[in-house]
Amino acid sequence: MNNLIVLPLIIPIMVGVVLVFLRPYVKLQRVISLITMIGIAGISIFILNRVQTHGIIRLDFGGWEPPFGILFVADSFAMLLVLTASIVTAICLIHAFSSIGEKHEKMYFYPFVLFLVAGVNGSFLTGDLFNLFVCFEVMLLASYVLITSGGTKPQLRESIKYVVINVLASWFFLVALAFLYGTVGTLNMAHISERVAEVGQGPLLTTISILFLLVFSLKAGLLLFFWLPGSYSVPPTAVAALFGALLTKVGIYALFRTFTLIFYHEPLISQTLIGIMAGITLIAGCMGAIAFKDIRLIVSYNVLIAIGFIMIGLAIGTETSIAGSIYYVVHDMIAKAMLFLLAGTMIYLTGKSKIDEMSGLIRNYPLFGWMFFLVTCSLAGIPPLSGFVGKILVGQGAIESGSYVLLALAFISSIVVLYSLLRIFLNTIFGETIISLEDEKPMKLGMIIPIVLFGIATVSLGLGAEFISVYVTDAAHTLSNPSVYIDAVMGGNK
Amino acid sequence: METLIIMLIGILVAVATYLILSRNIIRIILGTAVFSHAVHLLILTMGDLKKGNVPLLKEADAPYADALPQALILTAIVISFAVTAFILVLAYRTYQDVGTDDLDELRGARDE
Repeated sequence: MNNLIVLPLIIPIMVGVVLVFLRPYVKLQRVISLITMIGIAGISIFILNRVQTHGIIRLDFGGWEPPFGILFVADSFAMLLVLTASIVTAICLIHAFSSIGEKHEKMYFYPFVLFLVAGVNGSFLTGDLFNLFVCFEVMLLASYVLITSGGTKPQLRESIKYVVINVLASWFFLVALAFLYGTVGTLNMAHISERVAEVGQGPLLTTISILFLLVFSLKAGLLLFFWLPGSYSVPPTAVAALFGALLTKVGIYALFRTFTLIFYHEPLISQTLIGIMAGITLIAGCMGAIAFKDIRLIVSYNVLIAIGFIMIGLAIGTETSIAGSIYYVVHDMIAKAMLFLLAGTMIYLTGKSKIDEMSGLIRNYPLFGWMFFLVTCSLAGIPPLSGFVGKILVGQGAIESGSYVLLALAFISSIVVLYSLLRIFLNTIFGETIISLEDEKPMKLGMIIPIVLFGIATVSLGLGAEFISVYVTDAAHTLSNPSVYIDAVMGGNK
Repeated sequence: METLIIMLIGILVAVATYLILSRNIIRIILGTAVFSHAVHLLILTMGDLKKGNVPLLKEADAPYADALPQALILTAIVISFAVTAFILVLAYRTYQDVGTDDLDELRGARDE
């Protein structure tokens, strides 16, 4: 049964390779890729439930027992993210069917989306730091192709920067890995954690931890986000939605994993640093979200606000606040993908990207308009939508530990999110319509259906918070008690 | 020996940093390539330069050399090869379409 947990990585890769050979058959590619993603979602639900009954599952590749071999570890946190990533990808694929265009579809769009998913799932599941680097690279190479494919001038211009900054981040990752290996002599995360606890986190290890913080912050867009708004606003809608939902979350996952499992001994340094970085990210994200009029840039800066918010949960570091962050990550993957799809569809419908050039869309497309209102409420954290639970738990954790500055920043940022999205809403969706009935582009069914699906997801995640709280509580428990994870991995091999 | 290699790594990193800070795309790509060589050497040095035998249990005498860094470097080399190939093609394509390889001109206006 343990072999199951490699499937979220191996299925997309195998199917992706097969799809490369099915290049001319676009319809077949669509069907196969969608079925694959739904299948992976089903498998992840099964594994997630199994983790609840049987505890953390691990798979040692080639029978090499830890700490000697590479291994996959499935705990609730990883599986929740794998599940959400699969669902989000499936829905984004439906949008891509009608929005991406045959030119992309014939240039291996679907295989690369599957490779991207393989890299993302692998990063969530791996229990080995070097393997994490490899999965990062799988994901990044796929994302390089997706961001450049199409080859318009702004895309090429932004993707050069995106690629170079990520190559540099990967370099820092390798440097950090080399020093860590030289210091503790192992790469298995649980084993590293044990060794760090044994020798104590001295200045050298703290420096290494800051190197890791730097690397993952670059990937997550925490403070070092200067590359993010530009590169997330150029690719086609479905790709931008995937990026906004998945890529930064992998960095966030890595930050949570390393700073709760391995480098948790110096909270004064690491958590303070993360807190400061999260605070600055929030402030800068808010400024960006208010300052620009290009809808794609506003949406990209909203990604930053969410990252800052999630990292505040880690900076506070109590079990409650971590649970809040986990809720919020799941919520944000769904809501950000929905927001990106809405923004992209808006640009498709009007042919414009500035908010003061559009108006009155609700008269032409009422359902679309109300969906935008729904995601605005959800991101602002209005109950009973999905953002509420995460915000209240992070807030509760902040009060428990007395981090009032972070608390204030987190909740002021919610208001800014509401303001920046309502600004889009009032300017573009309300008001006098500028599109006459003759010029009105028909809304494609394939574009509105995924948006509605995301809408349903965010409502049901909010209403069904009780239902997933079992998984979130377990995930937060594992994160705040490293010994649970270590025992599951190293059990019997001490 | 380790000290010498570390100094060599330092020189490589200095060269790569100089290259990557220039405005020409090709120089930046060369910079990333030199960076990756530096870090491969670093990983090798971190696993201790060769001090023991081939790590074949029972076939060679202890102490054994650490085989893991070599496996890591092999993976890292393949990855950096792929990324460098991709970024070279991307740079060429950008040069063809945008007509410049100067990053200052690639900055792009915010309000396009």
